[in-house]
Amino acid sequence: MDYAIWAEGLRKRYGDHDALTGVDLAVPAGTVLGVLGPNGAGKTTTVRTLATLLRPDSGQAKVAGYNVVTQPREVRRRIGLAGQYAAVDELLTGRENLVLLGTLLRLGRKRARERSTELLERFELTDAADRPAGTYSGGMRRRLDLATCLIADPPVVFLDEPTTGLDPTSRVLLWRMVREQVAIGTTVLLTTQYLEEADQLADSIVVIDAGRVIAEGTPDELKRKIGEEWLEVSVAQPTQRAAALAALARVSVGEPSAAADGGVLTAQLPAGMGAVAAAAAALGDAGVEVVDFALRRPSLDDVFFTLTGKSSGEGGQS
Amino acid sequence: MSLALERVVIGERGSALTDTFALVGRQLTHLRRAPGKFVGIAMNPLVMMLVLGYLFKNFIVVPGSGDYQEYILAGCAAQVGLASVGPSAIGVASDLRTGLMDRLRSLPISRTSVLMGRTLSDLALAAATVAVVSLAGLLLGWRIHTGLWEALAGYGILLLFVYTMLWVGVLIGLAIHTLETIDAVGALMVVLFSFLSSAFLSTDGMPEWIRPIAAWNPLSAVVTACRDLWGNPSSPVRDGLPAQHPVIVALVSLALILAVVIPLSVRSFRTAAAR
Repeated sequence: MDYAIWAEGLRKRYGDHDALTGVDLAVPAGTVLGVLGPNGAGKTTTVRTLATLLRPDSGQAKVAGYNVVTQPREVRRRIGLAGQYAAVDELLTGRENLVLLGTLLRLGRKRARERSTELLERFELTDAADRPAGTYSGGMRRRLDLATCLIADPPVVFLDEPTTGLDPTSRVLLWRMVREQVAIGTTVLLTTQYLEEADQLADSIVVIDAGRVIAEGTPDELKRKIGEEWLEVSVAQPTQRAAALAALARVSVGEPSAAADGGVLTAQLPAGMGAVAAAAAALGDAGVEVVDFALRRPSLDDVFFTLTGKSSGEGGQS
Repeated sequence: MSLALERVVIGERGSALTDTFALVGRQLTHLRRAPGKFVGIAMNPLVMMLVLGYLFKNFIVVPGSGDYQEYILAGCAAQVGLASVGPSAIGVASDLRTGLMDRLRSLPISRTSVLMGRTLSDLALAAATVAVVSLAGLLLGWRIHTGLWEALAGYGILLLFVYTMLWVGVLIGLAIHTLETIDAVGALMVVLFSFLSSAFLSTDGMPEWIRPIAAWNPLSAVVTACRDLWGNPSSPVRDGLPAQHPVIVALVSLALILAVVIPLSVRSFRTAAAR
């Protein structure tokens, strides 16, 4: 197997804090790896190590076939990096940002200009191309940032939380750009806090916690591990909770449960829309007045709870 | 699949020199869009020039003979170097903060050209500021009384001092990440180093224990060298090496500082982590 990104036993320590405690990765060329994890799990450290910005204390990594420690220059010639903050020069225009990077990547002035125009078009930034990037919205900056890291068409691209803090429209647009890039054969490693994003983009996922990989697989495999969707119901009158529980018990898999504070009722349903309809009908027949009726999908927090037995908020501290 | 990995389109059109030029170009565009930096650097030296060289000049006893505005021009011009430390450091720290440094560090370009681009463009700005200060000096009556080569040699030493200070700024920016702290350190340097030197007043009248510190302050050697080279009044008391051989002491001490600060900066740049 030909891996575009490969790492074995990466460890990195800052003072008395273990940032990475043995990360193994293997990403086949032309695929997308989603790295999931809470803040402080080691996602950024992993990306920075693979992008030659950090030297691992031990372990090995190869990117595009070159060793990140002993052949950093060869690696740098083949990667694009979009870090956690949109690394655009705010005083330069969008176009100037792109041309500068193109020049530094030795495309030559003419080619750098052509490529910039191409990317501005593709990333829907043509209208704003000649305005300083400081005037851009968050979404536009992110797009410019991504465009910048693609200027020399690198075979391997690292995206560190590319959509954190973005509005849904920009997020969907960015996802499309990533897919287009993958379609032409680029290998992408992207970190995210959102399971949905990994689900949308990634061919395979690794979950990182406390500096190591705690789970890996395709999105479907991972979701099965975590559990399926479940139903959450809130009733208008507390006195009707018993009746609602009884009604749900008739249609659910296993016993439905009620939150101790008198809030939401939770029930695991059999797969398919029929079960949802049956649950609604059962509640209606029982005469229960429902104020909220929703299917919940597992969130990253649930992934973490399932995999580590603690919430993602605590995950970063350990 | 292996084909995808071999798709290397990164060209060979360029060199470390074109990288440096591209980055100098970036900085000069900054200056055009946000000229405030110029004011920040020029303000202090110009105010000193006008206040001391014009308003207060009759209250100040000139060491040796001659006019006070002739004495302080070298000091004010050299102060441009001190005033550049803060902005230079802030520029580096801001690039670190926005992640731009990470992007530059992820490129296959030499580490030195990134910092070179920065210091060279800052040097261009500082040179323009020195020209403005000199012009103000000419209006107030300062003159160069020697030949062209001596005049140029004086400016050469002055710009070498400025360049050294820019690298000191780069190191400070890489070492201290908080912009507020950098601002304070920069302001402190301007005040401390200009007054603990012969930039504005002769060191002869300073308390005894401070005199050697002020004399060995590289700024003292630089301004004394400039005064000698330009034929401007200078202290007749020539005790100690820096006062007797200001040109040599200035060149050697600046070269020493550069020899320490540049490698430290490049090393620190290599490992600097963005916050």
